[in-house]
Amino acid sequence: MATTTMDLARTGKQARLRRAVLPYMYLLPAFAVMAVITFYPLIYQVIISFTDFQTKDLLLQLRSPKLNAVGFQNYIDIFTAGLPVQNFEFFRILTYNLWWAITNVMVHVPAGVLIAVLLNIPGLWAKKIYRALYVLPVVVPPIVVATVWRNIFDEQYGAMNQFLTSVAHLLGQVGPVHIRWLTDYAAPISWLLPNGPLTLAYYAMMIANFWLGWPFMTLVATGALQSIPKDLYEAASIDGASPSQQFWNITVPLLRPAMVPAAIYGFTLSFNLFNFVYFMTGGGPARSTEILVTFAFDLIRNLRLYGVAAAFAVIVFFVALTLFLITNRLTRATESYTEA
Amino acid sequence: MATISSAKSKNPVVRFFNMNTSGEVGGRDLPLWRQLLLQLLTLFIAAEVMFPIMYIITLSFSSKTTRPSALELFPKEISLGAYAQVLDHPTANPVSFLELLRNSFLLSFGVGLAAVLIAVTAAYAFSRFKFKMRQVLMVLVFVPLLMPAIGLSAPLYLLMNNFRVANCGKGVTAFYPFTSCTPGVTGKVTFNLRDSLLGVGVAMIAGALPFAVWNLKGYLDTIPKELEEAAMIDGADANQIFWKIVIPLAIPQLTVTFFLGFIGHWQEFALPWLFLTKPGDYTLAMTLYNMTGQYANSIPWNRFAAMAIIVAAPVAIIYIALQKNIVSGLTAGGVKG
Repeated sequence: MATTTMDLARTGKQARLRRAVLPYMYLLPAFAVMAVITFYPLIYQVIISFTDFQTKDLLLQLRSPKLNAVGFQNYIDIFTAGLPVQNFEFFRILTYNLWWAITNVMVHVPAGVLIAVLLNIPGLWAKKIYRALYVLPVVVPPIVVATVWRNIFDEQYGAMNQFLTSVAHLLGQVGPVHIRWLTDYAAPISWLLPNGPLTLAYYAMMIANFWLGWPFMTLVATGALQSIPKDLYEAASIDGASPSQQFWNITVPLLRPAMVPAAIYGFTLSFNLFNFVYFMTGGGPARSTEILVTFAFDLIRNLRLYGVAAAFAVIVFFVALTLFLITNRLTRATESYTEA
Repeated sequence: MATISSAKSKNPVVRFFNMNTSGEVGGRDLPLWRQLLLQLLTLFIAAEVMFPIMYIITLSFSSKTTRPSALELFPKEISLGAYAQVLDHPTANPVSFLELLRNSFLLSFGVGLAAVLIAVTAAYAFSRFKFKMRQVLMVLVFVPLLMPAIGLSAPLYLLMNNFRVANCGKGVTAFYPFTSCTPGVTGKVTFNLRDSLLGVGVAMIAGALPFAVWNLKGYLDTIPKELEEAAMIDGADANQIFWKIVIPLAIPQLTVTFFLGFIGHWQEFALPWLFLTKPGDYTLAMTLYNMTGQYANSIPWNRFAAMAIIVAAPVAIIYIALQKNIVSGLTAGGVKG
């Protein structure tokens, strides 16, 4: 008798122990892998960010006799433009990067919503065909989009200048249009961004990224539009609300829960749009379209300043963390807005 | 009813902007003039969308190897010469198209699959179990998500550069960093993990894994718990519930997450471009980059266009085939934080 109750107690204990350990067993594969390829490199990154790690240290790394601890010098150099790199000012690149991401989203979201609303008009012909066509940019990989647009904006043979030439011909101009889209350093609107030039390349990239960006927003907005109950509009029109009132008081608030996360997703995407920027301008001309991630890449691949690159990555991480906390706030705020 | 209120205004411009855009309510038949106006607008947008696509298709079907002198948006000829040349001899490097395709495929397929397989149990643990340190561990997994993929590339590059196999001569092989050649002998490096597809793949998994955990957790959160509770009452233990109930239910999302990884890493450029030096390891994305920008002068544009279409094709096909699943699969993570 006594043994059976003890056995029961023991098995109960074992079961409880197993239940307590089980979650960690499930976590083990992911954490084992991440420990090796994520957490350890992150720590290593912080360590070498305080050194002058360069190509000379590549073979022996931390055991290299030539490796010097430099304290916060890398960080100071980055913030005070003390790097042996031309045209690099951290705060100019940060401002440009924020500006680039914000202006993209500010254009993509309204355009996406308006086109979704347009396609939602009852009785519009060939709606399905348009929907299928409009989704095409989402489907093409961004690297291909960037390379194609890079060629389109080629100053000699590009389609954009050729298109503008034929438009100019229609208007009576004779000579070919010869705009140096991606290489001209002069800023067309000089007051737009006070601490840096917004070169023509920026506008060219805005055009190309507009092509890439709005269809995704339309996709999201179409889904959200179709989930808005139709009787809301019926009730509103019975109450005498005009269609524009309905748009602002029903469509917009009910699209908001879907569009705010989409806008934030678009913002983060544009903020870190490495492939697109690197393929289109490589950050040029004179680093005027450089964003943080392309500069980080340049530090490693071309300048080979690994210590500085590590410090830069740490800074980029804190920038990303700050942005995340802000955007998280924004989503929370809108969440409570929809629940209220 | 809505049309009545908007019809009150005499001004056609005001009426256009006041039109009913709310969906199926009323006004099934658009007045012809309004329909035409809207068609003009939608056609204009369609033209904007089609412009680069038609441009690149026309270029790729051209047999002219010179650069385009005038804008052509419709193919005058259908020449597959550019495609044939790209497939036969993609770049000046001694590497065949099939090798490039294999490298791209191995990387994107391998990374997509590995990330899903490693992530799924962790996603389940975060979704269902309550345990100590849950919050802390979750933050640990999701913090790397904040970091742009480039952010980890410096340490990964340096750390992987440690793993080398060198031929020290006299039949002695050294496996760095565990064994090394006798001091004074500089061996010939025969393998460097950093300069290999395996190394790049591992580095790419570092970026793909947190996303996979996040994406799968978001989906698992939406599976109703009742099924698992019922199974538990029937005497199933946690592992049985996971393998027999959760996994089968999650198969669609596992597939979507895999394909998202596949699509994302099919275009991966930064890490391979940073890590790989041997042309035999190059991927399609790297080759495409070699055909543009400062390198483009020697490459005929029709071949570049054909290459662009070839690189885009697999992603486009997967995307179109799985469009609905991908959109819902992406948003699944957002339903619950």
